[in-house]
Amino acid sequence: MGLENLQHNFLTGTLEGMVKWARASSSWAANFGLACCAIEMMAAGAANFDLARFGMEVFRASPRQADVMIVAGRVSQKMAPVLRQVYDQMMEPKWVISMGVCASTGGMFNNYAIVQGVDQIVPVDVYAPGCPPGPETLIHSILTLHQKIRLGEITRRTADGTGAGIHLDAATLRRPARVSLSAPAAS
Amino acid sequence: MSGVDGFFNFFKGFFVTGKLPFKPKVTVQYPEVKRPKPERFHGRHVLNRYEDGMEKCIGCELCAGVCPARCIYVRGADNPPDAPVSPGERYGFVYEINFLRCIHCDMCVEACPTEAITESKMFEWSFVSRQDAIYTKAELVVDDEGNPRQLPWEDWKPGDERNTSAWMRATSPAGVAAKEGQPLWSGELGYGVRPAQAGQSDPAAADHAAPFDKAVRELAGNALRGIGVEGSAPRGIENAPQKPKHQKGNKK
Repeated sequence: MGLENLQHNFLTGTLEGMVKWARASSSWAANFGLACCAIEMMAAGAANFDLARFGMEVFRASPRQADVMIVAGRVSQKMAPVLRQVYDQMMEPKWVISMGVCASTGGMFNNYAIVQGVDQIVPVDVYAPGCPPGPETLIHSILTLHQKIRLGEITRRTADGTGAGIHLDAATLRRPARVSLSAPAAS
Repeated sequence: MSGVDGFFNFFKGFFVTGKLPFKPKVTVQYPEVKRPKPERFHGRHVLNRYEDGMEKCIGCELCAGVCPARCIYVRGADNPPDAPVSPGERYGFVYEINFLRCIHCDMCVEACPTEAITESKMFEWSFVSRQDAIYTKAELVVDDEGNPRQLPWEDWKPGDERNTSAWMRATSPAGVAAKEGQPLWSGELGYGVRPAQAGQSDPAAADHAAPFDKAVRELAGNALRGIGVEGSAPRGIENAPQKPKHQKGNKK
């Protein structure tokens, strides 16, 4: 983006505060309800708890228009690539709330079918515990995320230092050189 | 449908929208106001202590064994003879709960032989890292006043630490009818022995639940009465006043 070496002064500081305020107070959620947590997520959006008070009443079905992905429910191994694709399709800046124990660690489903923590796939910003978390717990995690957005640097990418504290750089991901099974070439 | 009818239907439709702002609001302003919790709500765990300050946990690991999510890790150790931690032979040397696995089923509370672990009413919390979610004994054991330790990422409101779960078990613990109404709870630091939960044998006395719970039960009872299954209404609502049927808006 070219903003990484920006020197802050009075004007950019004020602008950054405004941008962070705008991001925190209209963070739209991507619709990613997977299980019973999604029912509580809907309850949080309905009249009794009214997520519109925090500017989050629109749950976008299109990831391009969403800022926050609320992973609500257990993620199966088959769902994992889909979840990663939805996350990749979201525009920066983007945040992830892992809602419920199944999304956070697999919960009581410690088996081969369930991903043991969605932070193995996407970097998670806030974890909401509970099985399922009530609307209050979800709103608490959303407020924690808003606090995080307001305190963070706007030029920082969310991939650094979030999730399970795992940082993968390109060197770690590079595949080893292909070993030829044929006879070594004559030198 | 003529054009005049359509014109009036337009205002009729907006009349519904227009009258809603004057109706009472149902929204709970959560960060400032909390909804009242049901009596048997399961929230964050606490490790209790006796009135003399001794810990109730004896390190038997029954809670860890019964946990379906395998979220509890306990290691017992022998009590030091000069400064015992618990009145038993052993005490919980390490006690950790991973709250990103805990499903709050309360089975650890049921399994605990010394009422050491109970669940409070606090359920408004969130973590920004997985390390924060693993509570150690220092965070779970109640303080000298008997109050749970409040961590910065938790939202405690007055009343959340009261009425921790499992106290209703004190009445008729093994289903012995003769013990009904006798609290066999050994008391908690700062709170003492609470009275046994009412209504275990008398359903009419049980009707002091949280207001919204009561309303839901009344509604369910009315619905059941409406379809003519008189006998199967939920317990405790037999004497609830039946509201007259709402007739407005049904005119043809």
